[in-house]
Amino acid sequence: MIDILLYAGIAGLILAAICGPLGVLVTWQRMAYYGDTLAHSALLGVALGLSLQIDIQLAVLLACLLIASSLFALQLWRNTSLDSLLGILSHSSLALGLVCLSFIDGPGFDLNAFLFGDLLAVMRDDLYLLAAIGGAALVLLVIFWGDLLSMIAHAELAAVEGVKVQRLRLLLMLLIAATVAVAMKIVGVLLISAMLIIPASAAGRLARSPEQSALLAALVGMVAVLIGLGAAWHFDSPAGPSIVLTAGLIFIISHFAPGARRVSNQ
Amino acid sequence: MTEQALLQLRNVSAQQGSNTLLSNINLSLSRGQIMTVIGPNGAGKSTLLRVALGLRNCDQGEVQRRPHLRVGYMPQKLSLNPLIPISVSRFLRMANNRRTSIKDALQRAGISHLADRPLHDISGGETQRVLLSRALLAQPELLVLDEPAQGVDITGQTALYELIGKLRDDLDCAVLMVSHDLHWVMAQTDTVICLNQHICCHGHPETVSNDPEYLSLFGRRHAEAIALYQHDHDHQHDMHGEVIQPSDHCDHSGHHHD
Repeated sequence: MIDILLYAGIAGLILAAICGPLGVLVTWQRMAYYGDTLAHSALLGVALGLSLQIDIQLAVLLACLLIASSLFALQLWRNTSLDSLLGILSHSSLALGLVCLSFIDGPGFDLNAFLFGDLLAVMRDDLYLLAAIGGAALVLLVIFWGDLLSMIAHAELAAVEGVKVQRLRLLLMLLIAATVAVAMKIVGVLLISAMLIIPASAAGRLARSPEQSALLAALVGMVAVLIGLGAAWHFDSPAGPSIVLTAGLIFIISHFAPGARRVSNQ
Repeated sequence: MTEQALLQLRNVSAQQGSNTLLSNINLSLSRGQIMTVIGPNGAGKSTLLRVALGLRNCDQGEVQRRPHLRVGYMPQKLSLNPLIPISVSRFLRMANNRRTSIKDALQRAGISHLADRPLHDISGGETQRVLLSRALLAQPELLVLDEPAQGVDITGQTALYELIGKLRDDLDCAVLMVSHDLHWVMAQTDTVICLNQHICCHGHPETVSNDPEYLSLFGRRHAEAIALYQHDHDHQHDMHGEVIQPSDHCDHSGHHHD
């Protein structure tokens, strides 16, 4: 019993650690929709993994990386904003994933587990993969943090100063793809971008510097994971939604914190 | 002995789809020189700067920057997402080509007192100076400024332009800028380029100000008419700014339409 909770807790903490810094970058760059699109297309990865009988986590990772790269290529080629394209892709891929999955009915196959996560089913082997992906993502984030920040603040200025902006864009997209693959097991495809957006937004009210934002967001995410998981255990509620709900509550509370920063919108 | 030009554009053209943004641009900029680009909205001024900086490729022609040229760039506007909590000095620390201290750059731009202020809490004029000090961090040999006085009040504008002139003297750098402020252009600039996709006329401010093309561009109506001006000099443009044949018989030195 205690193993299940321990594994779930560690998995959730790994996710929160990446989602903190990545989430603040995503909100600042206004890429929330992009996270949604990748998350929804993760279902296609699930279908792929099930039909090819390969590890689902790996199939999802590959599918997300593939879609992120093709979106990047498309953006370079068309040289336009991806906004409406993302809107179409996001929901079509969700629909396509659901249709594909309806044709697959393996033993013990549970669609809800993919939609809303199945944190309590995280096994020891899953943890290794999560830790590897999460660790790699965190290392990349730390190395490129300054450049990513500079690109988000002003891409052309960063480019003149010698930052390889296009490569960084690709990196940021691939990092989000990796995070989606990690998060699917924990909160499910429908709630992944919540883990990116909500802790980052809560932290943004209190932080005084970009780095503080990233650390605070990771912290908020971790607290949400621990409280949400405890609540799920206690009330027998689904773990993923409980975590997201806790994060939402923390966000609301952050508005009443003393010294909260007022953000004027332009 | 002539000094090697810092920046040289030869027969540069740029298109966006079927629209011509720049056509047959030639210019050369050397140390200590201030070159100002003027022209109506949509004349390709920002495109010209972006091509010169290497942010955009040109479709024809050649852009030559002296090898290892240190460039400081001041973009037209800082549209920072208001969600990013960041101080002025943290913003300057983002520049990863720094050759001088942040303190020094702030001091040169005259805003040492703003170092610890949140970037979102300072005025438009102060923000422009923050952008200027970020451009100074590279110890630039070439300063590229895209409408540096945008959003700055009249007194602030004069002070800012004076500062740019002083920086040119102190740093002995070249300045390439887009400006709408004709008073300053006439008083301080070494070379004016009058742009409307192609270079309509160019030269010393005094020469340019007597040029019929300049008069038709800015004439008596002066700066506020820039956006409204009608082109009626010795050649005509179609909707895309292309020169229409065969009325083309421009004979200003240094450029040809063809």
